[in-house]
Amino acid sequence: MQETKKGKRTLIDASRLIIESMARAGADAFIGYPITPANLLYQYGAQRMPLMLAAPDEITTLQWMSGLAATGKVPITATSFPGYALMIESVNMAYMMELPMVIILVQRLGPATGTATCGAQGDLTLLRGNISGGHPMPVLCTSTFEDAWTLSAKAVELAINLRTPVVLLTSKEEVMTSKSFDMNTLPEITQVERKYYDMKCDGKYKSYKPTDLVPDFLPVTQDNHQVRINASTHDKEGILQHSNDEAMANTRRLEEKIRQKAHEYTLYHMEEEKDADKLIVAFGITAAAARDAVKQLREEGEKVSLLIPKTLQPAPQVYLEIMDSYKTVIVAEENMNNQFSDMIYGLNKPRNHRFVGGLGKMITPQQIIEEVQA
Amino acid sequence: MTTPFLNTDALPYCKGCGHSLIAKNTSKALEKLNYKPLDVIMVTDIGCHGIIDKCLNTHTVHGLHGRSVALGAGISFGTENPDKKIIVFIGDGGTTIGLQHIMEAARLNLNMTVVVHNNYLYGMTGGQTSGLTPVGFNTTTSYEGNPFGGYDICALSHTAGAAYVSRILGICDISDKLAVAFGTKGFSLVEVLEICPSYGIKLNPRRKLAEIVESSGMKIGEWSNQREEYVKYQGKKTDDLLARLPEIRKGFNSYLKAPMSLIVSGSAGEGVQLAAGLISKAAIGSGLHVTQKGSYPVTVGVGFSTAEVNLSPDSIHFHGINIPDMVIITSEDGLAHNRKRIENMATGKLFIDSSLEVPETGAEIIQHDFRSVGARNASVFAVFYFALKTGIISTESLFKVIEDEGKADKLPMAKIKDALSMVK
Repeated sequence: MQETKKGKRTLIDASRLIIESMARAGADAFIGYPITPANLLYQYGAQRMPLMLAAPDEITTLQWMSGLAATGKVPITATSFPGYALMIESVNMAYMMELPMVIILVQRLGPATGTATCGAQGDLTLLRGNISGGHPMPVLCTSTFEDAWTLSAKAVELAINLRTPVVLLTSKEEVMTSKSFDMNTLPEITQVERKYYDMKCDGKYKSYKPTDLVPDFLPVTQDNHQVRINASTHDKEGILQHSNDEAMANTRRLEEKIRQKAHEYTLYHMEEEKDADKLIVAFGITAAAARDAVKQLREEGEKVSLLIPKTLQPAPQVYLEIMDSYKTVIVAEENMNNQFSDMIYGLNKPRNHRFVGGLGKMITPQQIIEEVQA
Repeated sequence: MTTPFLNTDALPYCKGCGHSLIAKNTSKALEKLNYKPLDVIMVTDIGCHGIIDKCLNTHTVHGLHGRSVALGAGISFGTENPDKKIIVFIGDGGTTIGLQHIMEAARLNLNMTVVVHNNYLYGMTGGQTSGLTPVGFNTTTSYEGNPFGGYDICALSHTAGAAYVSRILGICDISDKLAVAFGTKGFSLVEVLEICPSYGIKLNPRRKLAEIVESSGMKIGEWSNQREEYVKYQGKKTDDLLARLPEIRKGFNSYLKAPMSLIVSGSAGEGVQLAAGLISKAAIGSGLHVTQKGSYPVTVGVGFSTAEVNLSPDSIHFHGINIPDMVIITSEDGLAHNRKRIENMATGKLFIDSSLEVPETGAEIIQHDFRSVGARNASVFAVFYFALKTGIISTESLFKVIEDEGKADKLPMAKIKDALSMVK
């Protein structure tokens, strides 16, 4: 554990904070395949992680990560949509196998290759449904440099404790921008203590027998107990089954594990203004514009509250409760289709709901202000 | 007879299927090599062969179609104990879809053995043609015979660098042949040839395995490469990405009382990002808050290079720049990239190289020969000029950054100082 020097003002980018934070939390391998705008993360991962491997493609990336995770490593990678698209089947595999890992997904303008050097917030809908069956996979989203530090460690913790792949969602404008930053403000990160199956336990180890919804882990490299890891539908032992009761209970547990434990990872920032009847909601890069908008609106005497969601999946109920308690809700996100509100309301978007969208350009504070004052 | 590796004799395969033979002989070979079941990590692919999992007393890892070799490679990377044995079972279909993974593992000479169960077609999904189906062989998707030859997976793996490769017929006792592969340090691959009793035999009546192999043009045999073991050397590492970041102490003051946005733009290779970094760090040293980002074409070595810098006495959240307050342009590339934004400026300042045509703009125009110190240093000189003319940051604060970062020897400082001394 390294001590961060106190009172240190410097110029830093969020990529550096993310990788250092994950390393301190316990990530120990970076598997990389180059893609803009995630390359800085790869560069830092290579410098910092005890193990760095250059994969020949993103499918291999996820497979190597899964193999490493089966041996007890905590691997991470960084990519953008085109790479993530290739990873999805293997992300499902890791989810089914219950292998911890973090994928840093740096959003850029799509569809397809789109514009590699242009930011966007277009991948939330994809992340909501990328596990077959619609089972939730945790997604945390950074909106400040402080988040790049704290949420990155949290993503590693979540991956290890819940034995699941986790996506840390960010965007080009966050990880490729440098900022003056006081390192003094960074809280200490301690390495996540990993829980293993107690070898002293009597009886047979079953790879998918849960303790409080999460199975105890043993690596495939030890020789005390047989470990069975399986991407197909399986029973507690890890043996392939068609759809018997035990196997279905196991698949149901995958959903329950994330949903029931999600409350431990419900992270958001709420700035409540007394007597405000307007609420601005923004996550990721747009949260910065929202903060400036709120500041300016308040200076002009407007009463407005601000919600910055950080846990995006599974969607916490509290967002709906907060949004429902305001007369007017303005959601700003850099896409054309209001993916956050779709996640919260589906087709039943309330009449008091307004959307500030964007494509190929960061949403400005002025755009949000204009919608609030419209 | 039940062996330590198999927990049953009743293997889940059709009568006459070579997969049973491979499973039993794998067990026998591992026994011969004195492995214990939990020394072995068996990775299986999708296909009939993959359902062997439940019959094994080894560790078992059952992955996706075609990806098992990459999954096994990940396990190999993470396995410190060289006495552990990683074996991947894969079919000819999995080999087809996951060809790249096999080539990669062979190229890196990872410590593992791949056993290709080549029965010339996709058995589990209904007998379709695979990439390893030989020419003329009938399948449910080529009733008149496969018009193409199959991949020679042994030749490909050998060429890619496998330490040991063999092709064998899946008949009689193959345990000694498998044991050679299992005993190899580094990457080994065995292609075991079989005929699927459910589809292959029915669709290719009266054909014998040896004759099919001969007609395919592929030889039974073994091939090897003298390979060094895979080296896990990782190069020089840091144990803290933050520790070596230079601390920027406040040694100067700035009169800036409100946020200001600045664009520095020129051509690739002319120090634009370096120059923007100097401003950013000098501004931090002057007590300001800063954001900085770069923009350049995909081919980073040619065309424009633009840096966007925000300076503010207060912390900065939104860092986008629509219409900048100030712009520094040192080349035609930079002008072309920012012309629209310059034209939209109603106020502010435009610092532009005197060789360039000045666009229509509401900004105050300040022309100077920035390229006089050489094209490569035009942007660095321009930011000194900017500092001198605006006073937002001092030239001393810029010199301090150059000194602190040990860049004084790499930049023509004397030339820049001379050029600055001539500025009125």
